Amino acid sequence: MKKSVLLGALTVAGLAAGAAAAGTIDDVKARGKLNCGVTTGLVGFAAPDSNGEWKGFDVALCRAVAAAVLGDGNAVEFVPTTGKTRFTALASGEVDMLARNTTWTFSRDVDLKFEFVGVNYYDGQGFMVPKALGVSSAKELDGATVCIQTGTTTELNLADFFRANNISYEPVPIETNAEAQQQYLAGACDVYTTDASGLAATRATFEAPGDHVLLPEIISKEPLGPLVRHGDNEWADVVRWTLNALISAEEYGITSANIDEMSAGTNNPEINRILGTEGTLGEMLGLDNQWAMRAIKVGGNFGEVFAQNIGESTPIGLARGLNAQWTEGGLLYSPPFR
Amino acid sequence: MTTLTDPPKEQFRLSMLLYDTRYRSATIQVIAMIGFMLLAAWLISNTAQNLAALGKPIDFGFFSEPASYDINQRLLDYSSRDTHLRAALIGLLNTLVVAVLGCITATVLGVIIGVLRLSNNWIVARLMTIYVEGFRNVPVLLWIVFIMAILIETLPAPSAFRGDNATASMVLGDSVAVTNRGVYVPEPLFSNSLGNIHLFGESSLRFDISLDLMAVLVVLGAGIWVSNFIRKRADRIQEQTGDRPVTWWQRVAVIVLPTGLLLVLLGFHLGYPELKGFNFSGGTHLRNSLIALWLALSLYTAAFIAEIVRAGIMAISKGQTEAASALGLRSNKIMSLVILPQALRVIIPPLISNYLNLTKNSSLAIAVGYMDITGTLGGITMNQTGRELETILLLMLVYLTISLSISAVMNWYNESVKLKER
Ligand SMILES: N[C@@H](CCC(=O)N[C@@H](CS)C(=O)NCC(=O)O)C(=O)O
Repeated sequence: MKKSVLLGALTVAGLAAGAAAAGTIDDVKARGKLNCGVTTGLVGFAAPDSNGEWKGFDVALCRAVAAAVLGDGNAVEFVPTTGKTRFTALASGEVDMLARNTTWTFSRDVDLKFEFVGVNYYDGQGFMVPKALGVSSAKELDGATVCIQTGTTTELNLADFFRANNISYEPVPIETNAEAQQQYLAGACDVYTTDASGLAATRATFEAPGDHVLLPEIISKEPLGPLVRHGDNEWADVVRWTLNALISAEEYGITSANIDEMSAGTNNPEINRILGTEGTLGEMLGLDNQWAMRAIKVGGNFGEVFAQNIGESTPIGLARGLNAQWTEGGLLYSPPFR
Repeated sequence: MTTLTDPPKEQFRLSMLLYDTRYRSATIQVIAMIGFMLLAAWLISNTAQNLAALGKPIDFGFFSEPASYDINQRLLDYSSRDTHLRAALIGLLNTLVVAVLGCITATVLGVIIGVLRLSNNWIVARLMTIYVEGFRNVPVLLWIVFIMAILIETLPAPSAFRGDNATASMVLGDSVAVTNRGVYVPEPLFSNSLGNIHLFGESSLRFDISLDLMAVLVVLGAGIWVSNFIRKRADRIQEQTGDRPVTWWQRVAVIVLPTGLLLVLLGFHLGYPELKGFNFSGGTHLRNSLIALWLALSLYTAAFIAEIVRAGIMAISKGQTEAASALGLRSNKIMSLVILPQALRVIIPPLISNYLNLTKNSSLAIAVGYMDITGTLGGITMNQTGRELETILLLMLVYLTISLSISAVMNWYNESVKLKER
C-alpha cells in the first residue's frame, strides 16, 4: 500500500514537471509579460538608455514578439544575462526567449537542446587593437594578451585561430562587455576580440573611437539569432515568424509610416496575408490576425530597426553587408507567408 | 498474608506509539525520516524526469571530449585540445594554489593583527581595530573587485616599459616588473637539469615531477634531520654535564652546505623577466587576477583570524602572565612559552572554519577572471557542454572533499596541541 502511494505521488510530481516544459505561449499570455533574455549592456544591441528604457536591435525583436503575442511592445521584462548565464536562464525557464548576440551552433541547437528560430544578424569574430600598437593583421599578435568574454564561441574560435597559426597568446577571461572594455582601455590587454558587430558597438562608446582599429581578419562565422527552448514548437513558431514578418515587411516595403494605410488592404496578397486582411495565418499561430501588423508597428520593419539602432547613421555605423535583403545581394531571406 | 504477583503484563496497543513516552520519540523520528526520504525521492525523480523531458539524461561523457578553450594560469601542461577533465584538473590546482597561499598569508597577518590589537600602544591598537572592522564588514567580493580595479587602473601597462622614454621601469635591480597585467618575478632554472619523471602517460591526469626539485627537497630534508640530531645530542650533553656545546654553526652548515653544493651542481640560476613583443617573457608571471584574489581573501580572512587570536589570548587568565613573570620570564617569552601554547587550544577550532570559508570564498574567482575550478568546470565547461547538473554536482563534491580534508588535517593538529589530561 505504502509503496503504491509513494509511486503515485512521484508520478504526479513527474507529470507536473513534464507539463511545465511546453506551453510557453500560454504562460506568456497568462503572465501578461514576455521575459526576454538580453545582454548586460551592449549599446545598439541591448542596453538601457538614460531613462532606463531598454533600446537596441535585439531589444526591438523582444518588443515585436511581445506586441504580436500580448498586443503591447512594452509588456517585456528584460533580463540581462552574461555569456555564461544566458543558457541556464533559458533552459530553466527564467526567460521565454533569448535575443542576445547568440551564435547558432550545432551543439547549442542539438546538444544543449535549444531551438534557434532564425538569424537576425550575420556576423563574424574580429579583433580590435589600439592604433598605437601598430598592428595591421591578427597574425602579428604573437604573445599578445587578449580579452575575451567567457562562455562564448569567441573563446573557442580564438583558441583555434591561434593554434592553427602556431602563435601564442595570453587569454584574459572576462564576464561582461563592460568589464572587458575597462580592462582593454586600461591596457590590461592588448586586444579585444568578440563579434565584429559587438566590437563596433563597443568602440562607438569610447571617448576616442578613432584611436582603435578593427583588424581585417574575420576568423569565424557567427550567425546571431533568437532562440527558445527545444520541444515547444508552437512558441518557436511564434518567435520565428515574428522575425520573418519583420524581414518580409522590409522586402515588401511595409514600413511604420505606411502600415496603417496598407492594413486597409492592398492588391498584393502576400502583404495582405502578413497584415491579416486575408487568410488566417494568425489563428494558425494561436494568435489573432493582426499579430504581424502589431509586431511591425512597434519598431518598424527589419531595415528600420537596423537603421535606427546600429545602421550607418548611428555612431555604431554598421553597413548592411551580409544583412541586406537577398534581393540586394544579402543573406536575409524570409520563407513565404502562405 | 500477601501473595506476590507479577506486575500485570502490559498489552501493546497501537495508540501507545503516540501516547506512551517510551515510544513517542521513536515514532516521531520514524515519521520524520519517512517524510525526509519522500522529499528526497521526489526531488530526485522530479529532476530525472525533467531532464528526460528535455532530452538531457545525466551523462558524464563530456569529460573525455576536447575542452577547446585555453586557460592562462596552468600549473600542468595544457592546451585547448586537452579534455574537459584536464581543464577541471587545471582549475582544481588553481583553486588549491589560491587557497593555500591565502590561508598562510591570512594566518600570519591575522596573528600579527590579533596580537597588536591587544597592544598597550593606543594608536596601534586603534589602527588594528579599524582594520578588523573595515575588512570584516565589507563583502569579500567587493574587496576582490576593488583590489583588481586598483591593480588594473594604477599600475603601468607593459608598453610603458618600452622605448627610450619609458615611463615605467623594473624594480629590485631590474629583476621584477610590476605591471597592470601582473607581477613578473625571476624564476629558478637549472642548467644541468636532471629532467622530469612523467606519470600517467598521455592521459588527462598526466603530470611531471621535477627531479631537480625532488633532489633539493631530499637533501634539504636530510640536512634538517641531521641538524635536529645534533641538537638532541647537545641536549643530552647539557643534561649530563651541565654545559651546552656550541653547535649552531654545525647545525647551519649541515643544512646549507649540501643544499648549496647540490644547487651549484645542478647549475641553479635565476631567469629574469624581459620585455619581448607585447609582454614580458621569462620569469614567473603572477597574474593580477591571482594577486587580487589572494590579497583580498587573505586581508578579509585575516580580520576574522585576528579576532579569534585576540579572543584566544584573552581567554588565558591573567594569573598565568603574573605567575610567569614572577618566575622571571620576559614578556615575549611569556607570550611564546606560556600564553600562545594555551591560547592555541582556543584558537584552532574556529581557525579551521575560517580556512574552510577562505577556500569556499575562492570560488568568487571568476569576478576577476581567475580560472579556478568554478571558472573551468563550473564555468566554461558547463556553458559549452550544457551539463549544468553534472558539473554543479561534481563541483559540490570537489569543494566538499577539499573542506573535509582541511578539517581532517586541522582536527588532527588540534588533537596534538590539545590539553593532555593525565
Ligand atoms: N556570439 C558569441 C558571443 C556573444 C557575446 O558575448 N557577445 C558580446 C559582445 S558582441 C556581448 O553581447 N556582450 C554583452 C554583455 O556582456 O552582456 C556567442 O554567442 O557566444
